[in-house]
Amino acid sequence: MRAGGPVLAVTDLAYAYPDGHQALYGVNLAIEQGERVAVLGPNGAGKTTLVLHLNGILEAGHGSVEVGGLPVAKPHLREIRRRVGLVFQDPDDQLFMPTVADDVAFGPANLGLVGEELNARVERALAQVGMAEYAKRPPHHLSFGQRRRVAVATVLAMDPEILVLDEPSSNLDPASRRELADIIRSLDITVLMVTHDLPYALELCPRAVVLSDGQIVADGATADVLCDDTLMRAHRLELPFGFDPRSAGTRS
Amino acid sequence: MGAGHGHRLHYHGHSALHRMPAECKLIALLIFVLAVVATPRTQYWAYGLDALALSVAVACSRVPVSYLAKRMVVETPFVVFAVLLPFIAVGERTQFLGVTVSADGLEAGLSLLAKATLGVAAGLLLAATTEPRDLLAGLEGKLPQQLVQIMAMMIRYLDVTSDQLRRMRIARESRGFVATQPRHWPVLGHAAGALFVRSYERGERVHLAMLSRGYSGSLPGLTPARASTRDWSVAMLLPAAAAASALAAWWAQ
Repeated sequence: MRAGGPVLAVTDLAYAYPDGHQALYGVNLAIEQGERVAVLGPNGAGKTTLVLHLNGILEAGHGSVEVGGLPVAKPHLREIRRRVGLVFQDPDDQLFMPTVADDVAFGPANLGLVGEELNARVERALAQVGMAEYAKRPPHHLSFGQRRRVAVATVLAMDPEILVLDEPSSNLDPASRRELADIIRSLDITVLMVTHDLPYALELCPRAVVLSDGQIVADGATADVLCDDTLMRAHRLELPFGFDPRSAGTRS
Repeated sequence: MGAGHGHRLHYHGHSALHRMPAECKLIALLIFVLAVVATPRTQYWAYGLDALALSVAVACSRVPVSYLAKRMVVETPFVVFAVLLPFIAVGERTQFLGVTVSADGLEAGLSLLAKATLGVAAGLLLAATTEPRDLLAGLEGKLPQQLVQIMAMMIRYLDVTSDQLRRMRIARESRGFVATQPRHWPVLGHAAGALFVRSYERGERVHLAMLSRGYSGSLPGLTPARASTRDWSVAMLLPAAAAASALAAWWAQ
């Protein structure tokens, strides 16, 4: 990786789906090593489309995406998918193997790891999310919060440089939500978190960008973004009743 | 969400039968069933021998008989058919428990019942002593990889899909719908269609998630426990007993 360069650089990214629907209109975003950034935006703003570009599932119609200096393109897809760990919204989509340990091993095994090295990766990743004792369980016997944590472990096992979370707090009860926040905070890794859970963004991410109608319309400290009433109203972002970002305590 | 292991047919335990590699048990089951089916149908004592051998295996597995007995209900359609046979078959008539029935039908019914019961009981014993994951691992390398992958997915998503079906039914019933007449069937058809579309979409999302973790067409191995000669010889005891009783029955006939 280039010293000092951004871990993730998205330049003038535009994309239209094959049916003609244009989802992204020139997105620019640079994320430095170790940052935790929230991508905020209403439903249909293009958040998921953006995420699918970060590891090359979707190919840029125009513009480019670079991860650690490496352009996201066909010849580097394997390395790109190692560097970018994508955690999908529904853990049942992500966990498809018969047991938790098999599932966590899936990614690193695709990278060519075998034997002891593979087992060590699996154990470490499960320990990072506090699920080591569930290794032999089938995923459908876990609670939703536990499944989401295992989904995070499945990409941590690939030793990614950037962790991309799509709506990490959706469907979680408050305790699972806090547990997941503790885990994310404990990781020494760059995090990009797509969400419309604004308090969660404020709690976890010092920086936030607002994606609306396929464009980045704001980029700044999360608290400043959330306090900008005009901006928030213009892009269908609403704080939950009774929540005031000015008085909410932020944890570092 | 239970904290249980395995699937509904699995009985958690640590007996020799539980520890035996899945591939040995699978092959043993296959040979056992073939031997039972090949037994001539009038030699009822041969079925008795098979049943005895199978009960020894059940005893070794420490799976309670009541546990297996309850799950034998899957056999019901065969039982109904076997009971009907003596009455609907034609040919020579005979007396059985004071009722005049077809002699051929009676023989066929009894042997069908015996064969089905032995087969189902042996299958249940395999399911009770083997985790689904181990079964898949046992099949790996013996079946084409794509088939094993499809089976793995099926096991994983069976519960997810049946849960979805259950939620859709509850939502239907909460709005006052109970299917009682054929004119309600279109609604059930729509529900099945909706479930299909949802499962199809889930399939696409699962595929994306797999690609994101570097999937390139083959699943990494499930690393099964390798079966030793000793495992094989122990596993073959049951089918050997069944094969011997089938041969003896042919010879006695």
